[in-house]
Amino acid sequence: MRFIIRRAGFFVLTLWACLSLNFFLPRIMPGNPINNIISKLHNVTQAQELAIERSLGIDNKAGIWRQYLTYLGNTAQGKLGLSVGNGGEPVSQLIRQALPWTLGLIGITTILAFIIGTAIGAIAAWRRGSRLDSALPPLFVFTTAIPFFWVGMMLILIFSSILGLLPSYGAYSLGTTPSFSLGFIGQVLEYAILPALTLLITSIGGWVLTMRNTMVTTLTEDYVRMARAKGLPSSKVMVGYAARNAILPNLTGFALSLGFVVSGAILVEYVFNYPGLGNMLLSAVNNVDYPLMQGLFLIITICVLVAILLSDIATAILDPRTRTAG
Amino acid sequence: MAHALADDQYGLASPPQLGPVLEIRDLSVEYVLEGGIVCAVDKVSFDVAPGEFLAIVGESGCGKSTLLFGIAQLLNPPAEISGGSVAFKGRNLVQLTEHDLAAVRWKDMSVVMQSAMNALNPVTSVGAQFKDAMRAHGVTSKDEIHRRSVEVLKMVGIDPVHLKSYPHQLSGGMRQRSMIAMAMLFTPELIIMDEPTSALDVVAQRSLMAQIKDLQREFDFAVIFVTHDMSLVRHFSDRLMVMYAGQVSEVGPTRQLFDQPHHPYTVGLMDAFPSIRGPRVQLTGIPGSPPDLARPPAGCRFAPRCPKVMSRCETDPPPDYHVDGTSVRCFLYDEAEVLSD
Amino acid sequence: MAIPVTTTGLPQPAEGISGTQRRGASRITKAIRTNRKATIGVVLMGIFILVALFPGLFAHQNPNTITNHVFARPSAAHWLGTDNLGRDVYAQVIDGTRNVLILALAVGLLTTTVAMLIGVAAAYLGGVWDSVLNFVTDVLLVIPIFPLLIIIAAYLPNAGNNVLILVLAFTGWSYTARQLRSQAQSLRNRDFLLAARVRGERPRYIIVVEILPVMTSLLLASFLNNALYAVLAGSGLQFIGIGNSNNVSWGTTLYWAQQNNALGSGLYVWAIVPGACIALLGAAFAFINYAFDEIGNPALRPLTAAKARKAAQASTKRRLAGYGARAR
Repeated sequence: MRFIIRRAGFFVLTLWACLSLNFFLPRIMPGNPINNIISKLHNVTQAQELAIERSLGIDNKAGIWRQYLTYLGNTAQGKLGLSVGNGGEPVSQLIRQALPWTLGLIGITTILAFIIGTAIGAIAAWRRGSRLDSALPPLFVFTTAIPFFWVGMMLILIFSSILGLLPSYGAYSLGTTPSFSLGFIGQVLEYAILPALTLLITSIGGWVLTMRNTMVTTLTEDYVRMARAKGLPSSKVMVGYAARNAILPNLTGFALSLGFVVSGAILVEYVFNYPGLGNMLLSAVNNVDYPLMQGLFLIITICVLVAILLSDIATAILDPRTRTAG
Repeated sequence: MAHALADDQYGLASPPQLGPVLEIRDLSVEYVLEGGIVCAVDKVSFDVAPGEFLAIVGESGCGKSTLLFGIAQLLNPPAEISGGSVAFKGRNLVQLTEHDLAAVRWKDMSVVMQSAMNALNPVTSVGAQFKDAMRAHGVTSKDEIHRRSVEVLKMVGIDPVHLKSYPHQLSGGMRQRSMIAMAMLFTPELIIMDEPTSALDVVAQRSLMAQIKDLQREFDFAVIFVTHDMSLVRHFSDRLMVMYAGQVSEVGPTRQLFDQPHHPYTVGLMDAFPSIRGPRVQLTGIPGSPPDLARPPAGCRFAPRCPKVMSRCETDPPPDYHVDGTSVRCFLYDEAEVLSD
Repeated sequence: MAIPVTTTGLPQPAEGISGTQRRGASRITKAIRTNRKATIGVVLMGIFILVALFPGLFAHQNPNTITNHVFARPSAAHWLGTDNLGRDVYAQVIDGTRNVLILALAVGLLTTTVAMLIGVAAAYLGGVWDSVLNFVTDVLLVIPIFPLLIIIAAYLPNAGNNVLILVLAFTGWSYTARQLRSQAQSLRNRDFLLAARVRGERPRYIIVVEILPVMTSLLLASFLNNALYAVLAGSGLQFIGIGNSNNVSWGTTLYWAQQNNALGSGLYVWAIVPGACIALLGAAFAFINYAFDEIGNPALRPLTAAKARKAAQASTKRRLAGYGARAR
């Protein structure tokens, strides 16, 4: 329990750091971009301009620290401001639209990659010396080094441009209105295949290799030898004794790798024009849409923190030693 | 000693063993390394009688743990058995397939390892690990599993509430005792113990040894006990085997070895453990260090450090000689009858 | 981008200082020759370094020459075709190599240095310093770096390569710093350091002369990892249009390819080749790194077919000789 509380405290501090970055970065960059934003506002009403200023913490009458506190307060209340580039739509609304797409595509694919990769790694380590074990490491070392966006482009090349089998643009065909019908869901799945495959191919290698390496070490541990001594069936030894312990560093690694997952997500969404948070961030940058950029940065950080919390909980469930460590 | 149900499930109804429960002949274990082959155990032969407590002592690196794992067929690569036989109740374990071995494992022969912290699965409870072993050997009823688990824990003096505990929640002594309880699940005929007391303090060591001895007397199983601490096994073992550099240098009744050690190495060991209550003697050690087993010496392996070395010791490897009920691998006893070559 | 591969999940404890450090150079060359992964990695790297140093040997056209020959297919005159401004794609790829390598090496060195300073200092100084540095490191580990990079770049339009290098280095040091700190901590109380302290050496001396040499293997691995990170992150940023898109680099070439819908208009080579180069260079770093892991940890080495066959033959021979009989 103490463990969870300490983690929660750390998360709050991280969010604070994130918000502080949001606030101070544009104010310390050369050229003082924050002053330029006002001059770039077109086609917004007086009220909207005020809302945007407030969301960025701009208050020409107050000192910088006052602005900072106001900014923190506003964000805590969810007042993320209005999007400059999208005609004054509230940032929180735009985020709400894009979030499910990102969570669906990236979230599910990452979990799949973790599960499949870990399983392959465990099996490869168990069958040391087999052809599987000799062939896999070089293959996966190679895949960990390929850039996300290039894999996406190659898949588009093969399956869309040349073979014409799968769509390469968007999450569903243009003009369709989203609904919970079977037809729409079918479309979503079809459009998700290539982006998901891209993420899977590039990220699975890391899991395979880490699990294999950890498993090789675990297999030399005394408790694995003990399990053999007890005459347990080899499946039980591999899963219940070896893999169960070997997976723990992988879970920790999961939390650390989320940074790469996010970068992959952004690039893949860009290549496939998938309507998620990453794509929105890039267009926000192109439009110099600061409120939207900052809001997206915040929500992405929150997503990462939630994912870390989930993996911490999973570790606590699987490893009783962390529960009492406090 | 009363046990109600299914005695034969727990190995209690089997007829008394007539011959030795374990017969090791010329067992050799090699480590196949990239730099070359290291012979860690060199043609070791000995017997273990039913209900006997055999202690194996020697310095670190003399091969005693490797020997133990070789007997139990638990070697990890790059170690492998390169020759010899391990006859357990008449069957040669070395030639059995994993499937046939599994039936023998734990039911007839179990293992207690050095550090329970490393030998117990850190992420599952003690009770779950007991359950694993029982289910692997056909005990499926939850009630029966629970009953037997409670029973063995009581045997070693642990409160059965700890079935739900995880290894890191128990004290060192409790962990070792729960390992012994686990080894007793099927009341095997042979329990192999690899330095089970090394990780404990002196008081816990004595109490554990006494417990093991009590259990042995009650259930009549044989014990092979590996340790580097001779004083520990002095009062508990029936026979004592001294190993050096992968070979057996002397083996015989414990009393005999302590009262009248024959091999110069054994003499040196005895002198290194002066009695607390005896007369004050000069502390002596054995100068030098064990040979590099990648390049073992041509003759007797102890020759470089032996205070009684003769010229033939450096060229010819000595065979075993039989002296006063003890077997000694030393040319000093050449006049006596040659036991084996 | 790569998921970081950890070999044991925990930072490796330092190896003892022994003759291995002294015999290091010859060991390394032998290891490179025998380990297939290392050989491939080093060869690939060598090729790229050659191309970066002597682009003139490989390409004869100026990558920046704008011609009227736009969107051309591969031909004898232009081996990989031309781009939207009529520039020769092959020349762009050759010329871009230098850019990418400089990025990789500079960021690799800078990141590792910063991480080393912070990580080792935190471990050695301990106390408040340790807690503060630790907190900063952890926060930077958790905050998603790529979006941060994008946002920083948004505040600095048209930033050149040097800014890219600095930004990548100062956001990417956290993982390495954590690893180095762990290793430094495990070394902190080792005897040879206590001896140095008793001798009266100053902390700076101890850190530089005593601790760092022992950590070389981890430092090398970190350098390679960070170089890989730089290649992938840097190219990724260039691909989405951040940084000066007029610099010739693999990432920027891909940017133009994507902007001009190369894949949709049949100009496949324009999109394939620069990306393949990134993949190969990244693979070179990754292979070398992984090979060093295997060299350091023999348990991970592949049991090659030849060795496995030999071992199998030997055990069969023993079995056939019959147990119970004398084996020799």
